[in-house]
Amino acid sequence: MNQLATKYKDEISRIMAKYPPEYRRSAVMPLLYLAQREMGYLTDEAMQEIAEITEMGVTEVASIVGFYTLFHDQPGGKYRMQVCTDLPCALRGADRFLEELCQNLGIQPGETTPDGLLQIEEVKCLAACHRAPMYQVQSPEGLTFYEHQTVESALEVIAGLRASEQGKGGQA
Amino acid sequence: MVTIYIDGKPYQVDAGQNLLHICLSMGINLPYFCWHPAMGSVGACRQCAVKQFRDENDTRGRLVMACMTPAVEGLRISVQDPQAVEFRASIIEWLMENHPHDCPVCDEGGECHLQDMTVMTGHTYRHYRWKKRTFRNQNLGPFINHEMNRCIQCYRCVRFYRGFAGGRDFDAFSNHNTVYFGRKTDGVLESEFSGNLVEVCPTGVFTDKTFRKHYTRKWDLQTAPSVCVNCSLGCNTTPGERYGQLRRIRNRYNFNVNGYFLCDRGRYGYEFVNSDRRIRQARLRRNREAAFESVAPDEGLQRIKEIVKKSGRTIGIGSPRASLESNFALRTLVGPEHFFSGATVKDHELVTEAIKILRDIPSSMASLHEVETSDAALVLGEDVNNVAPMAAYALRQSVRCKPQAISQKLKISDWDDTAAREAVQDQKGPLYLATIADTRLDDMATRTFHASPQEIARLGFAVAHQISPTAPQPENLDSAALELSKMIAQDLKDAESPVVVSGCSLEEKSILYAAANVVQALRSIGKPARLFLTLPESNSLGLELLEPGSLNQAFAIAREDNVEAAIILENDLYRRSNPALLEAFFKSIPSVIVLDSLDNPTAQKADVLLPAATFAESDGTLVNNESRAQRYFQVFVPQDDIKESWVWLRAIGDALGQEEPGARKTFDGLIADMVKELPFLAPVQEISPASGFRIAGAKIPRQPHRYSGRTSMHANVSVHEPQPPQDPDSPLSFSMEGFLAEPPIEQPPASLIPEFWAPGWNSIQSLNKFQEEVSGPLIGGDPGKRIILPPDPEQAAYFDEIPEPFASRAGELLLAPLYAIYGSEELSIHTPGEAQLTPPLRLEINPRDAQQFNLTGETVLQVSVDSQVFELPLHISASIPEGTAGMICGLPEMPYVALPAWGKVTPKPVNSSTENPG
Repeated sequence: MNQLATKYKDEISRIMAKYPPEYRRSAVMPLLYLAQREMGYLTDEAMQEIAEITEMGVTEVASIVGFYTLFHDQPGGKYRMQVCTDLPCALRGADRFLEELCQNLGIQPGETTPDGLLQIEEVKCLAACHRAPMYQVQSPEGLTFYEHQTVESALEVIAGLRASEQGKGGQA
Repeated sequence: MVTIYIDGKPYQVDAGQNLLHICLSMGINLPYFCWHPAMGSVGACRQCAVKQFRDENDTRGRLVMACMTPAVEGLRISVQDPQAVEFRASIIEWLMENHPHDCPVCDEGGECHLQDMTVMTGHTYRHYRWKKRTFRNQNLGPFINHEMNRCIQCYRCVRFYRGFAGGRDFDAFSNHNTVYFGRKTDGVLESEFSGNLVEVCPTGVFTDKTFRKHYTRKWDLQTAPSVCVNCSLGCNTTPGERYGQLRRIRNRYNFNVNGYFLCDRGRYGYEFVNSDRRIRQARLRRNREAAFESVAPDEGLQRIKEIVKKSGRTIGIGSPRASLESNFALRTLVGPEHFFSGATVKDHELVTEAIKILRDIPSSMASLHEVETSDAALVLGEDVNNVAPMAAYALRQSVRCKPQAISQKLKISDWDDTAAREAVQDQKGPLYLATIADTRLDDMATRTFHASPQEIARLGFAVAHQISPTAPQPENLDSAALELSKMIAQDLKDAESPVVVSGCSLEEKSILYAAANVVQALRSIGKPARLFLTLPESNSLGLELLEPGSLNQAFAIAREDNVEAAIILENDLYRRSNPALLEAFFKSIPSVIVLDSLDNPTAQKADVLLPAATFAESDGTLVNNESRAQRYFQVFVPQDDIKESWVWLRAIGDALGQEEPGARKTFDGLIADMVKELPFLAPVQEISPASGFRIAGAKIPRQPHRYSGRTSMHANVSVHEPQPPQDPDSPLSFSMEGFLAEPPIEQPPASLIPEFWAPGWNSIQSLNKFQEEVSGPLIGGDPGKRIILPPDPEQAAYFDEIPEPFASRAGELLLAPLYAIYGSEELSIHTPGEAQLTPPLRLEINPRDAQQFNLTGETVLQVSVDSQVFELPLHISASIPEGTAGMICGLPEMPYVALPAWGKVTPKPVNSSTENPG
């Protein structure tokens, strides 16, 4: 308990200062972002703490976490590759793209590669229907969009991620 | 009113009302899911699409959602347009994509709105042949079963639970194909209105878990109109029976009372009817030392005859949970001067006072519906969530009335739920709560005020004085209370239809007076203010209308006047009086005759015990908190020797050869006698047709025409089909034969509809076929009539019995009654699930008092009050006012103690051997 409040005291007060004191709940999104940055996903304890800070119910906080593709309540890969398979993307082959990509990686959608590097997720609309198949990669550094993708190009992207990760490992 | 054209036919309709509401009100079938009559439109499911045309020359038209389109003059729509029909069929096909094919084994089957709508749209073949998404279900506690795979994402559950019932532990999770409705983790749903999810859900995601334990197919249930017995509000219910067992309770719409919803205590508190503590046989004991023996009913009656014959005097003790008719039958048997109220002495006084107050202002009594539509409310003393839960639901809706001005200014219709809520945001109308401690309604309150009962009364008096200076003013009011009283007075004065909610639960007469003064003061300045008083039990008002003596008078007579016998009607006196007084009372009476349904300490004192029927096995009238007399009908014939109390009392009268009018042999005759003797009870005779009523020469069947097993139900006993039981007391029959209602063309009066059902409408949504318009009164008028009626007498004087300021006492605390929705009520605790949710015994004390008395967290306290000593665990609660302590009353393990009362509180001595409790 109170891990966030202790560790990020200043940052939390900076976030809270942006909103009127009677609408503490407005701060829920930046606080969730902060907590996820810490662990890579949102723990029950973090959600509970954010509920207390924002004077919301923990149920409401969990509901918000569940709604957004970019918040996670389970640990996963360091990089999350989120493929849109909604109808327009599917019409442009996104579903087959996802299937073949997963076959190549030897995992199912939703699963993480054995090295813990990459998790493939199926998500709803990412607003790039006409450039499908497409996906976004969520990493600790941020979010990158990849459009007009093929299995080959996606595997190249993954290889790139893996290489940069190894590079980092080498430096460390 | 405007004229609109539906499929070329003109209709006169309310301008601005949405088209779905209009179509259903006009009897036009249009499928829907996300819309609910009590919750308005959100336009989410797209199921109610109709074609709208620009003018009579427009042949192409465009699809619009009926629930989101307001009626304007000259509007032309088509429900039958082939494109609209096709659109609706494909919508339901998509909704059904993930819906399992488990109808034959689904708990919802047979009354499923989704089934009905699927049939209505003609979608009979599913193209989808792939894998369906599946979920893990949650354990939501003892009342509700969760089966998420059946969900069609209409969002009604979360809208009801959060937006209307105010629950916070339930929400929508995830997105896209995996939207999930439930709690964050498994656990009991916290809201006391959670049971409504079962009816709000259009399919089988939420189903009744108590029903599931003794499930029967919906169309095999025998039903009758009934009234809830678990509090004073008199919500209408539809209980269902099969094989002599009460299987479930469903809501029964009454425009003036409960509308579309019930509380969980009412919905699930029925299982005492099936309890193994039921008294099923007459029982007697030869003398006080002898053991009880079960006897034939005639032997019991014979014994009563011997007892009562030799006796000079028999007294009768009535009951606030027995019907008006049974109480009256007892009153007649023993004579009015020997008839005593079975309520506690305090409740007797309070309810008598409440009746006087209501008789002063009959035109200002609020119905539950009127509380819901009030735009400002003051609650004096009542913890409504625990005492009269549906009143809390009504108050929760009332705070939305005033801010409607904001959305209306933006031209948003009241039925446009999402838009109206967006416009209003968090703004709430005035709701002031003056209670002992925290309540579950506090989140809605403008301000709360926690104080002792007398300070609550003083605040009320101050509010009245602020509204009208002629109302008496409490002296030495502290400045905070004075400021608050000014604020409340201003808000009530600014409102168009303010309501004051008060009642008897704090057992403080002056609170009733204060509430009456506030209403009087508002009326004196021309405000149509209303008063809503909650009362202790389901027939508290009915009992006291018969003008019984008090329980103390009964004890006094027993002591002094050598009373030979006492007849105690459906009453556990150990819940009503100090045990020592009762022991003395029972000792002083040679013969005690008890009629009751459940074995209890009073039944243990009986020399003759007769098995009485419960509400589900009897006909009777209950008078609710606003004096509304409501009839409930026998749902099924009880097994064994159980009989209705009034039937037993009639039999006793017969055995005694009492000279009585022959008419009293029947239920109708009993009511006629009652009205003759107490003419103000005349409305009781009018609330439902007499037993001779027939439609087309036929009785109204309690069993639906789909009822199965008529000839085989009892084949294991005898292969001969038994003759159905006769019902001489009502126009209903225990059969599936008789008049078949065909709403809205021809149907019984609303008071006699066993269950709402219409062709094609098997779910509770069939109600729209029985209403004058959606959410309006039932066709032909809602059942029930008020007994206390206008015109108002001359304006009554203000009450001036203002209590002294609360002063704490050294070494003592004022013990005030607290209530628990599950636990404080006598009957509902026999439902296993409700017993599970009953709070533990404890004494709640303010932290500062705890410090002063040197009490810490884990202590067990010794509480001496009213010459009794209890041992109660300490519970420190910051919301209990200093100088007082809260004690949950009515819990089964607690002996009765009259509260509020001063009590000495000390930590339990370490080596104390006192047995708990008292």
